[in-house]
Amino acid sequence: MADTVQFNLVSPERSLASMQVNEVQIPGSDGDMTAMADHAPTITTLRPGVLKVTGPEGDAEYVVTGGFAEIGESGISVLAERAIARADMDQATLKGMVDAATDAFAKAQDSKSEAADDIAKTLADTVALGDALGISVN
Amino acid sequence: MANLKDLKNRIESVKNTRKITKAMQMVAAAKLRRAQEAAEQSRPYTERFNAVMAGLAASVGGSDSAPKLLSGTGKDDVHLLVVMTSERGLCGGFNTNIAKKARGHAESLLAAGKTVKILTVGKKGRDSMKRDFGQYYVGHVDLSDVKRLGYVNAQDIASDVLSRFDASEFDVATLFYAKFQNVVTQIPTAQQIIPAAFEQEEGAEAATLYDYEPSEEAILADLLPRAVATAIFSALLENAASEQGSRMSAMDNATRNAGDMIDKLTIQYNRSRQAVITNELIEIISGAEAL
Repeated sequence: MADTVQFNLVSPERSLASMQVNEVQIPGSDGDMTAMADHAPTITTLRPGVLKVTGPEGDAEYVVTGGFAEIGESGISVLAERAIARADMDQATLKGMVDAATDAFAKAQDSKSEAADDIAKTLADTVALGDALGISVN
Repeated sequence: MANLKDLKNRIESVKNTRKITKAMQMVAAAKLRRAQEAAEQSRPYTERFNAVMAGLAASVGGSDSAPKLLSGTGKDDVHLLVVMTSERGLCGGFNTNIAKKARGHAESLLAAGKTVKILTVGKKGRDSMKRDFGQYYVGHVDLSDVKRLGYVNAQDIASDVLSRFDASEFDVATLFYAKFQNVVTQIPTAQQIIPAAFEQEEGAEAATLYDYEPSEEAILADLLPRAVATAIFSALLENAASEQGSRMSAMDNATRNAGDMIDKLTIQYNRSRQAVITNELIEIISGAEAL
C-alpha cells in the first residue's frame, strides 16, 4: 500500500474534496504533473483541465480552471476559481466556459493587451478540455 | 363615539405592521443563516489563498520588477473607493454606517488634496454617495437581480476595477463594507485592495521553500488579479451576512416597539370605553332620577 497524502480541493464558494489520496494528477499551466506523498514543495498555477485523484477511497475526477495548486508538507491543496466534479460537467457548462474564453480573447485582441497570449492559451486549453472530456461544444 | 373607532383602527393597523416586521425578521434570520454558511464555505479558500499570496509577496515584493498591483503605481494621488452596500433598505443603520465610513475617508482624502473616485455596489449606497459626492461618482454595479451571490459577481466587479487600474484611472483602491461580528454588531471596514497588502500570519513558521512552476513572478502576476476578486468576494459575503444580521435586529426592535405600542393603545382604548360606559350610566341614572 502506497503512502497517502491529504488532498484538499477548494473553490471560492465551497470545499469540494478533502481526503487521503495516493496520487493527484494536476493540470499545471506548464504541463501536467502527478503529485504523490513526499513530493517536493511546489506551487504551480493551473490551466483549464482535468484533475485526477487516485486514492484508497476510490478515484475522482474534477474539471478545474484558474487558480493554483500548492504541494506542501502537510498535503496537497488545489485552489481553483471553478471546480466541477466530472460527472456534473455538461455541454452547457463547457460552452459557457469556451464562450467566456473566446470573449476574453476577442477583447484582449482589440485592446492589444499584453495578456493576449495568455488568454489565447486559456482558450486553447478550454477547447482541449472539451476533447479530453469527450464533450462537443456544438 | 368616533374616538373609540379611531383607536380600534389604529390598534388593528399596528398589529398588521407587527405581523410584517415579525415575518421580515424571520426571513432575515433564515437568509442570515444561509449567508453565514456561504461565508463559512469560502473561508478555506480565502485563508489558503492569502497565506500563499503573503509568502509570494514577501519574497518577490521587495524587487523592482514586482507587479504594479502589489507595489502600487508609485503615487497615491487618485483614490478609488468601492462602497459596498445593500440593494434593499429596512436594515437599520447598516447602509448609513458604511456610507458614513466612506464619506469620512473621502473627506479626509479631499482635504489632503487627493482626487477621489467612487464606485458603488448596491443601490442604497449609490443614492447616498451620489448625493454627497456626485462629481466624483464613476460607476455602479447592480446586484439587484442576483439571487445568490456567486464568485462570478465578484469577478465582474474585480474586472471592472482592474480595467480601470490598467487604464491608470486610479492609484489606490479601497473597499468599504461591513464586517460581520454577530447579529447586533457589524463593523464598517475599509480594506485596501490595490496595492494589495497581505498580512503575514502571526507566529507563522519560516515559510517552506517552494518550487515554483512557472516562475515566482509569473505566478504572482497570475494570482494578483485573482486576489482582488477573492478580496471582493469575501467582502461581498461578509456584507451579505451583515445586511441580514442588521435587518434581523432592526426588525426585532420594530416588532418589540409595535408590541409596546399595541399595549399602550389597548389601555387607552379600554379607558375610553370605560369612560363611555360610565357616561352612559350617569345619563341613564340622572334621567331616571329626573322622573
